[in-house]
This record gives sequence, structure tokens and C-alpha cells, in this order.
Amino acid sequence: MAFITANWNPLGEAFYRKTELYEMCWNLKDGLGDSLVAAAPYGGPIALLREPHRRSPSSRPQLEMYSASGVSVASFVWKSGPVVHLGWTVSDELLCVQEDGSVLIYDLFGSFKRHFNMGLEVVQSQVLEAKVFHSPYGTGIAIVTGSSRFTLATNIDDLKLRRLPEVPGLQGKPSSWVVLSQDRQTKVLLSIGPELFILDNTACTAVVPLGLSPQAGSIIQMCVSFSYKYLALFTDTGHLWTGSSHLQDKLSEVDTKKSTPPKQMVWCRRPRSQQPSVVLMWDRLLLVAGICQDTIQFPVEDQCVLVGELDGVRIISSTNQELLQEVPMVCQDIFKIASMAPGALLLEAHREYEKSSQKADEYLREIKEQSMLGEAVRQCVEAAGHEYDSNTQKSLLRAASFGKCFLTDFSPDLFVSTCRELRVLNAVRESDVGLPLTHTQFKQLTLQVLIDRLVYRQFYPLAIEICRYLKIPDFQGVSRVLKHWASCKVQQKDLSDDAIARAVCVKVGDSPGVSYSHIAAKAYDCGRTELAIKLLDFEARSGEQVPLLLKMKRSQLALSKAVESGDTDLVYTVVTYLKNEMNRGDFFMTLRNQPVALSLYRQFCKLQEQDTLKDLYNQDDDHQELANYYVTASYREKRLDSRLSVLQSAVDEYNKAKNEFSAKATEEEMRLLRFQRKLDDEKGAGLLGLSLQATMEALLASGLNKQAEQLYRDFRVPDKRYWWLKLKSLAEKEEWEELEKFSKSKKSPIGYLAFVEVCMKSNNKSEAKKYVSKVTPEQKVKAHLAISDLEGAAEAAIERKNESEMGAVLSRCSSSDRLLIDRLNRARTSLAKK
Amino acid sequence: MAHGARRDSPELPDFSLLKRLARDQLIYLLEQQHEVDKLYKVEYKPIVSTSDQLCFLIRPRIQTVKWIYVANADKAAGRLRRYKIIFTPQKFYACEAVLEEQGIFGDVTTDEWSFYLLPLDDDIISLELPEFFRVNFLAGDQRWVRTAGSALHLLHSLYGPFSKVYGIGRCSKMAYESWREQVEEGEQTARHAEIGKVFLIDRDVDYVTPLCSQVVYEGLVDDIFRIKCGCVEFGPDVTSSDKSIKVMLNSQDRVFNEIRNEHFSNVFGFLSQKARNLQTAYDKRRGMDIKQMKTFVSEELKGLKQEHRLLSLHISASESIMKKKTKQDFQEFLKTEHSLLEGFEIRECISFIEEHINRQVSMIESLRLLCLLSITENGLLPKDYRSLKAQYLQSYGVDHLLTFTNLRQLGLLVEQQPGETLTVMESKVGKLVNDKTAGKLTDAFSSLAKKSNFRALSRRLNLVPKTDEEYDLRVPRDMAYIFSGAYVPLSCKLIEQVLERDGWTGLEEVTRLLNGHEFAVTADSRAKSDAQRIILVMFLGGCTFSEISALRFLGREKGTTWSELSSVLTCYQV
Repeated sequence: MAFITANWNPLGEAFYRKTELYEMCWNLKDGLGDSLVAAAPYGGPIALLREPHRRSPSSRPQLEMYSASGVSVASFVWKSGPVVHLGWTVSDELLCVQEDGSVLIYDLFGSFKRHFNMGLEVVQSQVLEAKVFHSPYGTGIAIVTGSSRFTLATNIDDLKLRRLPEVPGLQGKPSSWVVLSQDRQTKVLLSIGPELFILDNTACTAVVPLGLSPQAGSIIQMCVSFSYKYLALFTDTGHLWTGSSHLQDKLSEVDTKKSTPPKQMVWCRRPRSQQPSVVLMWDRLLLVAGICQDTIQFPVEDQCVLVGELDGVRIISSTNQELLQEVPMVCQDIFKIASMAPGALLLEAHREYEKSSQKADEYLREIKEQSMLGEAVRQCVEAAGHEYDSNTQKSLLRAASFGKCFLTDFSPDLFVSTCRELRVLNAVRESDVGLPLTHTQFKQLTLQVLIDRLVYRQFYPLAIEICRYLKIPDFQGVSRVLKHWASCKVQQKDLSDDAIARAVCVKVGDSPGVSYSHIAAKAYDCGRTELAIKLLDFEARSGEQVPLLLKMKRSQLALSKAVESGDTDLVYTVVTYLKNEMNRGDFFMTLRNQPVALSLYRQFCKLQEQDTLKDLYNQDDDHQELANYYVTASYREKRLDSRLSVLQSAVDEYNKAKNEFSAKATEEEMRLLRFQRKLDDEKGAGLLGLSLQATMEALLASGLNKQAEQLYRDFRVPDKRYWWLKLKSLAEKEEWEELEKFSKSKKSPIGYLAFVEVCMKSNNKSEAKKYVSKVTPEQKVKAHLAISDLEGAAEAAIERKNESEMGAVLSRCSSSDRLLIDRLNRARTSLAKK
Repeated sequence: MAHGARRDSPELPDFSLLKRLARDQLIYLLEQQHEVDKLYKVEYKPIVSTSDQLCFLIRPRIQTVKWIYVANADKAAGRLRRYKIIFTPQKFYACEAVLEEQGIFGDVTTDEWSFYLLPLDDDIISLELPEFFRVNFLAGDQRWVRTAGSALHLLHSLYGPFSKVYGIGRCSKMAYESWREQVEEGEQTARHAEIGKVFLIDRDVDYVTPLCSQVVYEGLVDDIFRIKCGCVEFGPDVTSSDKSIKVMLNSQDRVFNEIRNEHFSNVFGFLSQKARNLQTAYDKRRGMDIKQMKTFVSEELKGLKQEHRLLSLHISASESIMKKKTKQDFQEFLKTEHSLLEGFEIRECISFIEEHINRQVSMIESLRLLCLLSITENGLLPKDYRSLKAQYLQSYGVDHLLTFTNLRQLGLLVEQQPGETLTVMESKVGKLVNDKTAGKLTDAFSSLAKKSNFRALSRRLNLVPKTDEEYDLRVPRDMAYIFSGAYVPLSCKLIEQVLERDGWTGLEEVTRLLNGHEFAVTADSRAKSDAQRIILVMFLGGCTFSEISALRFLGREKGTTWSELSSVLTCYQV
């Protein structure tokens, strides 16, 4: 296995290695020279704008986009203004910063998404330089203009332009500058000659990096590390200063003995790095300068671009792509020549085992003696994660699995998850996918984001396979991918609506979390209304269908779907919408077919729009309801004549509805009202609005007997009612003579017991007695009891031979009525004998 | 309980949890707005306050929203105040639309207080939506159905999965479906089941029971004094002072707890017995030494005093009830009711009703009798219908024309169609049920087409017990005791039968007569045995205290525990 270390170069204590990632698939005629190149970290895509400064309209520059492996994704002629800078956002969108300060955003497939501007004043002064940077807040842009002013936007998705204060003494652009994101602030660090300034929101402060020798000269190049923690400065005397980005600590100072400014300078570190370094690139030379002042030099034959990564630097040339990184500790331990680390021994043991050599046992024993077998397995697994070559991965994992057999309580989780993740990583590293992620980057990026990126690149089958393979819950995995796939599918112009709907339905089925209404909305956005409706049919929740249907102006359908959903709010939303959209007649007709919506709307109208309610009934020829409406309305009319006229309309409608009874009742009400009005005017009786009964009562009470009589006759009041009324009124006024006269006027339709009772109510026993004799035999006992004439009651009861009545009398007897009780008891027993 | 509940009855879940949850949320809502200084009860009048921010807590009714902006026309007066409206239990789009129409939507912030259920007692929870009945059954507006579903969902999420859900009625079915939907959308959490079965019932399945006069103590108290939110206000005639007092009526009130489910004729006996017991307890202190006296004062006296107070209150309440009820020939009234239920001497009943109307005894009770007559007799004869209606209008004014229209729409008070016999009507209803498409169209107004088949139902379910034997109200035999042994409430009988049979099998004829819409769904069969016997009954459109008493009786008999959920607890009137 000696060849593994063949590409290792020592740097101080550590080793650096350069691994080839891809032979680039692209075929660049002119190499990378004279073009703007932007390559996104985390194995992101590469954008290339050839000869950006060529301005003649006859030969416009070409903008090309490639995957990290050089597979062409999009290519188009750049028709807008001159581009100063290209950069990728965290969500794989290309930012093209133009000279006039406008920024155009393209997606991965070269379609224009939107644009924004870096401020009006920029149009005049022009952008000299721009930088795209990433921070926890998203992707930002910083520019420096011809008037030497800096403008910043920390997040392009939530654009807030900040114009930074003026830098004193700055003419044109600074000799070098970087954007720093630290302490939740975004600042610009810039150099003018040997001086260094920090520019933040409020001020421009001069700073001095710790320990930078004053003779070092002017700072002509600088760079910050991936995490914004470290800073490197290059001066025109070839000095390279490295330290923390706070400028408080110095790591080292190296004299590169080069006086020309490097074309690119990038930090190369990894998490838990032993020997961080800065990679500098000149035309023919790549220099790795470690902080131990040691350097490695690589010759460069071609134009290259350096891409700083979390754990290394990618070097892209026109022919191939390499990853330069510090060899991880664990790999050093295992592969370093003559290493005695447990992992190295285990690997050796396994190799001997495969050769069926007994040496395997010796090696194993050695590890076991130090009881380091667990550690050995862990090392092998970890190292496998860091290796790029799948054969190396395999041999390491086999060794780990071999070692695992001799352990009893070793948790297999790490081993299993590493195997799975490596499989996924190997799949996405394939040249046709082109995502050269290291394991460390993958962990940082998270699986979710990886899947998202695959989805953006439209590698749907691969994404689904990965989700299934890693057993991600459908909701976050497969469904999400399907959702994107379907949204993309509906945009395919060459397929018929039916075909797409069918395809979507077959694939998506009823995966949880995929909303058909969402897909349909996409289809509608692409102008495919019919397809959207077809897709909506698959939506199970009718509530989801409604808003889109409304948007598509399928209001009838929306209404019936809303009614189906049983959500009245939804129905109401549609009704309100329809009300504003349609003319009245159509609107009412639509409602008529939807009783639920109609009744809801009626409810609303009853409270808010009385007149609409009327129209609604009119439209339906619902005379009954219309009449009822008028009756209700009549109570709102203050003046009598208007009230009468409204009531007349009610009568008409009742007649139309063939409801004679109500018509008559209403007519009578009108008559009564007129009558009351007349009397009110004449006598000031205050009758208006009373019911018939109440009117008569009031009349009798105020002695207007004649008028009461008149009502009695005119309204054909039943005798019984009138008698009750008169009886009550006379008794209340204690006009006993009148009462007697009244009782004799004709035979009482309500019997005479009532007379007895009203008298007793006024405690007039003598008057009451007058009527007892007139009471019918059935009520005799009751009448006697009412006037507390127990004897009379007993007499009557015995006469009628009615046992229960006797009982009733008995219950009223007190102990003093001994005689009576005996008599009743005797009568009862004799009755019982029979 | 007075009769000694069966010891093995399972304990009810702790419903006061609901109250606490709701309270916490309200406090949270109010605290979001730090400056809220006072909450107003919304009335139709301007609010006098110097505060710049007003906060209203209202039901989502258009009328109430209107009150707020009409009464507080600040904008017209040129005054700027911030408004906050908290809708409970949820916002309705209609209310917001009204605000928007008035152009004040921007000045108002709205919030939702998802307060669905108010536990009134250990075994009663209420939605407190008095308009549920009117809005749903009369106006055909189903806006509250979803709320009912949400309330069920809340119970479901707090007290674990239900093992079985039964129901009858269109509205019940919709509420059930709404609940299922919400369960599917929401997160599933496995919980210990505390409620076994759920029974949903629409009020329009049984109109007869709420139309009958209540004669159980709690029902009478409600009839006369109106119990609102488990609280009753006794007027000066009861308190025998010049103030009226508010009393909470629930199982915490030990006196009330013993008599609430009793037939009124027993109540006095109970109360006097109780008074004697109390006296003995007081008497104990005679002949006590100092130490005993001390423990008596510290431990018992307070309880006794409180009991004493409650006792005197209930005694005077009973007296007041007696006075009111005997005045109007209550016995005659009950007799008429019973005759109507049995279907005897209908002509006498009609003339009683006529006299009742003529003498203007009570507007509501006359209507109640009229409706009962209509329902038990499958509608009034056209002649009677007209004459009674005319009499009523003469007594109480022509505006009641609308009342009659509403009652007709509900199917509570209808005219017999000439030439239509019972069987014809029945087959027509049957056809309506079978014909799905026709059913769909007419469903919203199904009550119009719906005829009561009370007689047939009564025969089939044996709702009216034979009258030849004396019914001892002291030792009730069945649920009929709540109506003096004259009638077993249809709603409760249905519930009993369905639970006994574990479904609707064998009741096909009954459901046909009730216009269908029945369902029984096994939701979760894993439930444990004890919770199985806790049954939640949800009345959509309200229930009466008599029905609750009947269910409590049933619970004592079968060793099950009931809890009731009702859209509002009261006898309703249109």
C-alpha cells in the first residue's frame, strides 16, 4: 500500500496531498484564460464567462455553466451589459454583477429569475470590483464603486443595501480587500499601500496586524479562511503574514521571495487542522505556505482556478480537477510508513488474513494486547470516510469489519452509517452527477441539503433512491422530491395535459405531504389551466382546491368544492368573491344551486344587507319569504303610513304565495293599526302596536266598552276569549254589578266556575256565591271548594257519587270538621260496597 | 348520589383541565398586548374609556361585530384608538369581511381564543353556543359544525382515543367527519384512553323531550330561574332579602347534588329529612367538653353552616317553584301533556290549549303545547291549525306570524297535508332517504320534508309506559321517572338501545322513522376495560336537564359513567 502515500508532501509535521477528482468533461478551447470563472464551494457548479470585456455587439460573450465535473448544463450568449463579477448563492443560483450595479440572477439551468440593483449612484460611478460572500444570513454581495465607496448587501433574498462610510484617502479601488463576517457583523477589510483599514457600518478604522514588520511593504493581496477566522496578507516584498482575522494574533510570517502578486490566494485548512496553510497561485507555480514557515511547491502548467473548501482547496484547470488538502490525522496514522497505530496494524492484519497467512493472528494479538482493537476499528472506519478512492475505502472498511468480529460489545452504528454515507457520496461523486463532496463537507452540508441540491439539478431518480436507501421518512424524503419533480413535470411543454396528469398521478399517488393543489398552482403559473384543474381533481382536501380554483376563475367549481369541504369560512370566501366578480343575476342563480351557500349568504344579508335579501327572494319568486321579509321590515318603520304600506306589500306577496291565512292576518293587523291610531288620536289611549287581545284589555280597562265591543265584532273574536277578557277586566275593576249583569247577558261560553274564581281572586266571597249555583254539576265541587264551602262541596260530591271528588274535599277538611269527615267516609264506603 | 351509585362505576376524567388550558391561553393573548387595561362585555352602547386601546372578547357573530363599530364610531369622531378583537372560539371570515366593508379592518387587530368547552360540572361540558340550534337547524347554516368537530378533537387529544363513535342525525355526521379530518391532519399521539365511547345526537332527532315540562328539580330550577353557565340567580323572593344572589349549581353543592335528579314530588321530603339531620348534627354540641367543642368548631361547624345556608336556599327555591307552578293549574297542564304523549283525548287537549291561549297564560308554554300536539299527531288538522294560529296571533300580536313560519320550517308545528295518511308520508320519507341525489339537494331543508313519526316510534321503543299501574316516583324503575312516569325520553332511549346492541342493528325501522343518518364506527379497539364504560354523549343543538338526569339514572343502573357535551344546556325556543 505504499502508493497511497506517493502523493503525500510533508509540510511541517503534517502531510499535504493532492488527489485528482475528475478529468474534466468539458472541452475548453482557450483554457481558463481571459474569462470570469465562478465555482461554488461544496462541489458546486462552475460558471464561465468568456472574454467579459468584449463589447462589440457582433460578438457577444458566451456564458457557460458546468457541473463540477465539467458537464455542460447551460450555455447562452450574454446580451446584457458588461459583467464585473460572477458568484454563486448558497441555493445554487448564479449572480452576475454588472458594471452598472445591477445584479442578474440565473438558476442552474440558465433561466433568468430576477434582478436587483446595488443602488442608483452606482449607475454613474460604475462597479470597479465586487465580491460574493456567504454568511449565516445567506449570500451577500459587496461592491466598490468608481467613487471609492463600498456598498454591502448581507442577504440578497432580503435585500437591504448598506452604503458604508467613506474611506479617507482612497482613490479608485483599494489595493486589496475582503469581506469579513464576524460578531454578527459584516465588515470590509481593505488595504491602501501598507495601511490596513476596517470599514463597518459606522466608521473606517485604521488597524495594524500584530507583528507585521514595517518593512514588509504594501499589502497587495489578502484572503480570509472559509470560516472567517483567519486572515492572510501578502505584501509586495513577498511576505506572507497569517493570523486571526481579529488581527490580534499572529500565526506566522513567511517570506515567499516572490514580488509579483499571486493570481489567487486561498486558505487551506480542515477542521482540527494540524498545519493550516495558505495556497498561493502564480502563473507557473502553486505554493503551499504552512504556518510552520515550511512550503511546498507544485508546478502549474495551465491556467487554474482555486476554490476554497471547508477542508481543502479544489484546483480546477482546463483538463482536470484536483483536491489539495491536509491529510487527516487518522489517515496519517494508518498509512504513514512504518506506523504502529492500531488502525495500521488492523489493516495489515486483514491483509495477511486475506492472504491466509498466520501473521494475521500475530498482528491481531498485538492490537489486543494493548486492548486497542475498538480504537483500531474506529480508526479504519473514520479513515475510510476521508478516502476518495473507493478501493481504499473498501479495504479499510473490510479491515474494520474484520476487526469488529473479535469485539463483543462494539456498537455497529458508526460502521453502518459510514458505509451508507460513503455509498451515497460515491454515487454523487460520479462524473455525470458531479458533486465532489468530501465526507466532512457532506456532514456540514447535511443530507437534507444534498437532496435539495440533487433535486435542483433534476437528478430525481437518484434523489429518491438515496431517500429510500437512507430510510428517510417519506414526508421529508421521497415526497419532497416527488413534489419538486411534479412541479417540474408540469412545465414540460411537449407533453399533453392528459399525459402529464396521468404521469404525475402514477408517480405521486397518495404519498404523504405532496399537495396536488401545490402542483396545480405551478401548472397554472405556467399557463396550463386545464392541466391544473385535472390535477386538482386528485387533491383530497377540498379546502385546498378552492383558492386556486378562484384564482383560475372557476368560481362555480370552487363554490361546490367549498361546500363539499364543510368549511363555512371557505364557502363564505367564495361567496364574497363571487359577489364582487359576477353580476347580480348570475350571482343569485349560482347561489340557488347551492343551498348551503345560499343560506349562509342569507344569514349575512339578514344582518348586513336587507335590500339584497329582498332581491334574493324576488329573484326566486319566493313570495312567502318576501312577505315575511316585509312583515319584519314593517317593524323598522317608525311612521304608521309607511308601516302600513310595507304591510300592504306583505299582503300582496302572501296572496301571491296563496297563503290566505297570513294575508288575512296581516290585513287584520293593518285594520287594527288604523283602529288603534284613530283611538290614540281621539282619546290618547296609547294603543298603537298592541296585540288585539291587549288592545281590548286596554279598552275595557279604560272603560271604552263600546270600542271593545266593536273590535270583538269586527275581528270575530271568539266568544270564549271575549268573555274571559271581560270577566277579568270587570273583576279587576271590582264592578260587581256589571259583572252580574254580564253573567246574565247570555249563557256563559266559559262556564261559571271562572266567575267564582275571579271573585275569589278579589276575595269577594259574597259575590262568588252568586255564581256557585250556576256552575255545571261537574264543576260544582270545585266551585264550592273555591269559596271554602266544605259542606256544600261535600253535598255535591256525595250527590255525584264521585270518589275522587270526595277525596279532594276530605283533603281540605281540618280536624274540626269531624262530622263532615264522618259523613264523607260513610258515603265512600257505601260507594265502595256497591 | 341519592341512590348510591354502583361502586364499580369508573371515575370520570378530570374535565377542569379544559378550563385551565383555556384560561392560560387567554392570559397569554392578553399579555401579548401589554397595555390592555380592561376587558369589556360587548353591548350596544359606546364605551366610555380614556384608554387608547380597547380589547373586545366576543363570539364571532356579525351582529356583535356590528355593535362594536357602530357604537364606537371613533373614526367619524376623529379619534384614533386601537382596537383588538379576540374571537372565541374562532374567527369567521364573515366577521372580518364586515370589518373590511366598513373600512376599519386596518384599525383592528384580531385574534382567536380557542376556547371550545366549558366544564359546568364533573359530568357536564358545554360549548355555550346558544345560537347553534337556530343557526344550524333553522337557517341551515353549518358554520358551527366544524366547531363541534374541533371540540371533539380537543377532547380526543386530551383524554385519549375513543373506542367507538355512534351517532344519529345529519349534523352529527358532519361533526364526526370534521373531527376525523382534524385527527388525520394533526399529529397522532398515543395516549391513555380516558373516554370509551362517544354518542353524537342531533337535537332534531328528538324534539318531543325538550317540549315536555320538566319535573326534575334541576330542570324546574332551569325552567323558572334559568341556569346560565352552571350558575343561577335567585331573586329576592327566594333569598328573602332585597338582594338577589348568584349560586353555582354543581356537584360541589352537597344539598343540590342530592336532589338535582329527583322528581319534584320527592324534593320536599328530602329537604325536610336533611333539615332534621342538620339539626341533629348541630345538637351534637350539647354536652361536649371544651376539647370536643374545639374540634367541632374547627372541623364540622363550617361545613354545617354552609350546608345550612344552601339548604335554606333550596327550600325557598322549592317553595317559589311550588307557588309558580300551582298557580297555573300545573296539574292540568301536565295531564294534557301526558294525554298528548299517549294520544288520548286529543280534542280535550286542543280545547285546553285554546283556553290556555285565550287566557294568555304563557306565550312560550302555549307554543310548547302546540308543538307537542303537532309532533305527536304528525301535524295539526288544517282547521285546528288555522284556528289555533289565529287565536295565538290575537293574543300575542301578528308578529308571531314569523314565529309560526320558523316553527313550520323546523317541522315543529305543521299542518297536516290534506288526504295524506301516515303511511303515505312514511313511504315518502323512506324514498327521500334512499334517493341519494334527491337527498343531497333537499338535505339542507330536510326538516321541511321531515315528518315526525312519534307514534310509531313510541310503540316500537315503548316510550310511553302502560298507565294502569301506579308509578312510584320514589323508587324509579326506568328513565320515565323524569316525566312522572309518563314518558321515556326518546333521545335517552335511543342511546340506551344503541349502546346495549353495540350498534344500530335491530333498530333499522327506528332509524328509518328518524330519517336516517345513523352511524357507528369503531375508531380504536385497543381501549381498556374501565374507560370503556365512560360514555360521552354530545347533543348538537342543546339538551335539557331532564335528559341529563335520565342519563345519570341509566348510569346508576348499568354501572357506567356518563358525561354530556352539549352545544348549550337549556330548553330552547325559537
